Amino acid sequence: MMPEELTELAHKEQTDAQQWQHQIHVCTATGCLSAQSDQVYTALTREVRDRGMDKTCRVKGVGCLGLCSAGPLVQVNPAGTLYQHVQVDDVPELVQSLKHSPVERLVCSTDIPFFQQQVKIVLANAGNIDPERIEEYLAVDGYQGLLQAVTEMTPSEVISEVIHSGLRGRGGAGYPTGLKWTTVAKADSHQKYVICNADEGDPGAFMDRNILESDPHCIIEGMAIAGYAVGATQGYIYVRSEYPLAIKRLRNALRRAERLGVIGNNIFESAFRFQIDVRLGAGAFVCGEETALIASIEGRRGNPRPRPPYPAEAGLWGQPTLINNVETLANIPAILRNGGGWFATIGSSQSTGTKVFALTGKVNHGGLIEVPMGMSLRSIVFDIGGGIPNELAFKAMQTGGPSGGCIPETHLDMPTEYETLNQIGSIMGSGGIIIMDETSSMVDVARFYMEFCQDESCGKCVPCRVGTAQLATLLTKIAEGMATPEDLILLEELCDVVKHTSLCGLGQSAPNPVLSTLRFFRHEYLAHIRQ
Amino acid sequence: MSFLDLDERLIQIAEKASLVYSPLVDIKTFPDWVDLTLVEGAVSNMEDWEKIRNVRQHTHTLVSLGDCAITGNVPSMRNQFSANAVLERSYHENIELYPQIPRDMVPHLLARVRPVHEVVKVDVFIPGCPPPADAIFFALSELLEGRTPDLSAYTRFGS
Amino acid sequence: MSRLSQQVVTLKIDGRDVGARSNETILEVAHENDINIPSLCSVEGLSVVGSCRLCLVEVRGTSELVSACSTYVREGMDIVTHSERLSHYRQTILSLFFSERNHLCAVCVSNNHCELQGQAQALGLSHVEVAYRYPQLPVDASHERFVIDHNRCILCTRCVRVCDEIERAHTWDVAGRGVQALVITDLNEPWGSSETCTSCGKCVQVCPTGALFEKGKAVAEMSRRRRFLPYLAKTKEKSS
Ligand SMILES: Cc1cc2nc3c(=O)[nH]c(=O)nc-3n(C[C@H](O)[C@H](O)[C@H](O)COP(=O)(O)O)c2cc1C
Ligand code: SF4
Repeated sequence: MMPEELTELAHKEQTDAQQWQHQIHVCTATGCLSAQSDQVYTALTREVRDRGMDKTCRVKGVGCLGLCSAGPLVQVNPAGTLYQHVQVDDVPELVQSLKHSPVERLVCSTDIPFFQQQVKIVLANAGNIDPERIEEYLAVDGYQGLLQAVTEMTPSEVISEVIHSGLRGRGGAGYPTGLKWTTVAKADSHQKYVICNADEGDPGAFMDRNILESDPHCIIEGMAIAGYAVGATQGYIYVRSEYPLAIKRLRNALRRAERLGVIGNNIFESAFRFQIDVRLGAGAFVCGEETALIASIEGRRGNPRPRPPYPAEAGLWGQPTLINNVETLANIPAILRNGGGWFATIGSSQSTGTKVFALTGKVNHGGLIEVPMGMSLRSIVFDIGGGIPNELAFKAMQTGGPSGGCIPETHLDMPTEYETLNQIGSIMGSGGIIIMDETSSMVDVARFYMEFCQDESCGKCVPCRVGTAQLATLLTKIAEGMATPEDLILLEELCDVVKHTSLCGLGQSAPNPVLSTLRFFRHEYLAHIRQ
Repeated sequence: MSFLDLDERLIQIAEKASLVYSPLVDIKTFPDWVDLTLVEGAVSNMEDWEKIRNVRQHTHTLVSLGDCAITGNVPSMRNQFSANAVLERSYHENIELYPQIPRDMVPHLLARVRPVHEVVKVDVFIPGCPPPADAIFFALSELLEGRTPDLSAYTRFGS
Repeated sequence: MSRLSQQVVTLKIDGRDVGARSNETILEVAHENDINIPSLCSVEGLSVVGSCRLCLVEVRGTSELVSACSTYVREGMDIVTHSERLSHYRQTILSLFFSERNHLCAVCVSNNHCELQGQAQALGLSHVEVAYRYPQLPVDASHERFVIDHNRCILCTRCVRVCDEIERAHTWDVAGRGVQALVITDLNEPWGSSETCTSCGKCVQVCPTGALFEKGKAVAEMSRRRRFLPYLAKTKEKSS
């Protein structure tokens, strides 16, 4: 396709959008769908048509509107009125009200910090565009980043922009994205690959799923830009098959993008070609680990292997491979459009930009949030999350899932940054946050995650395979009040061994939930021990 | 038996230590205080359990002697099954005449056979099935000199 | 794993200066110099998996441990193969192996020929601190000449590798995850009815424990012959 066509299509869509007096956005991401938002969507469409309003009012399925705990969510634009817990029965009243004032009993105030304090880059389009229509993505400057990269910049200029942005990997470890791209770009090979890691296996995490469901084209664009920058012609998106909606939308988006020619051969009339295929995983947590993921795409058992060599040097089929997380790639189009310098002004100096979190557990407002890096943990819990329900006291904030830790009240004033979270024994992780109140037992939390790791261990190396099983047994013994002081010593010793001798990140980080709860809530363990 | 294989070295040991209790000596109760106790065999039933706790209470240095005491070894092969299943098999399934599971007389089986150190603290381990006489002699000589023996040159799990 | 272009490097292992080619692993160089690093999964002639974690060594200047079998030597490396910390880790790792399944050395066909038993002795493991798990595991004696006893398998995957890489039959593989993992033949069918197995017995010869053995062997009778392996690996390298 010609660059001009892209602009033309975008304009047409923008003009078309103005013809509507009302646009009713219904969240059709998995969160609200599980509360039957699809029925609300159908009912709204029918109601609007039956009242003969379908020339002035459009009902549109959109991606995640954020406050998942109040779903199904419906937003009426341009007024911006947000309705919560909308049921099919509410639909006539809701449509009726378009001509008058909003239905007060369903209104969800957007004046609360939950909405006010978020900063959206990755989720900018979520809830605004119909993820199934590429035109809507184009209307919000979609594929402009790719256009700019391919037609105006050299690959190394693209990489410079990413380095300049300070973006770090959102898959957990926070490895500088620009540096990774440089390594793959420098690797000498005629065939390279870009992989988008959408395996997302942490319990409680649904950031990547929602991004894919809400805005699949930004991932496609991000991958194509990455492909151009590192010199790859083939991309793979590795999604777990437990995400059927994300897969459907992704496949649909890929088809549209191919038809439009924004991926494929001679992209924007240039020599650059890039193709993307979807690969499904069977839902093993360990397949999110990059070397296991690569083995799985190659059709082998999803076992990690020792690194080095890193995938950047020898990855998929032995070729240099760039592997990035969904959210990392979702940041790329905006960085290209607005410049790395712009991105670097958001967030803090060592951790730039924003971070998407799936905020769950004992908070008043749970859901998918995006906040600037550096925001204090306290703000996430008490401002965005709106504090703890039922007048109970806050006890701990779990970040990083089975690889992370529990942060107590005393450390809540720390900023959300990779390094600070590491210092206090947790990790940024991919973005799951679980808030626990005073009724939660920390031993039970540690045990839950250890059992998860035991189940998800691939079984290749012995410290993780048997170590996690032994640790889970010990934690059960402690939780049931059957453990002796010697068991506690053994627990700590085993944690040390599993952490330092396991082959891959799963085993190496499996003891973290135990170590961090031991560090901050040791008294709870001691209270369970038989003297 | 391995212990008896020490042969004339038994005399060397007897010069430094006296044998105060064993299944083969006359006293029936464990003495009040013993410097060194060698235990063999795994902990399989309530009687073993009580006995080993009593021994531990009255012993300075407790030595696990042989694989059964250290690993559970052959007796622990029943651990893959429940204690009831084991009793069923031994007293019902394989018995043609008057099959019955004894209730009295025979001590109550533990759910699992355990190595000694899972039940009480053990100070020294002499693996082997059986541990060679040299290993026993070396361990005893070292212990009598107040040293902790490193037995890896003398014995291992198995034979 | 890519064999990089060769250079000659010098490095230190346990304070000794040694020379090596840059495409050699720490384990290979150590063995050439008669420095013993324990390992259970690696065998000369088969690919490297780095799964037993016994060969972890310290590299001065870094805090992480590296597996000697999978790490290539570099100029100026300063490697420590034995320390109190390593010895504690290795003993614990062995304990985990012993606790995982039902290893009964005294009644095993491989008694006295077993590498797990040997490592326990060499590394001074006098007892197992963690709790034994006593899983119920199958024994498959359906093959006419061989038996697989999962009670003694340590999942080193030597059988899987030799069958795939040398015999090229790929009869063996691993099924299941974590402590549920088992080596299987074909699509988890009885070994005896395997259509891919050529009955060459290479898997039996490389097994480090008593998991794979020849029928008719009694306690302590199963010793292994492995001299064929480096030779066959070489011919394979040449032909590919
Ligand atoms: C056990 C395990 C699970 C992982 N799961 C994921 C995952 O679900 N998604 C992801 O992006 N990265 C995951 N990672 C991290 C990846 O290995 C890899 O570092 C990441 O995809 C790199 O992308 P980034 O640089 O953009 O963060 C996992 C790592 C481990 C050790
Ligand atoms: S650490 Fe766990 S998941 Fe990773 S290779 Fe070892 S067994 Fe597999």
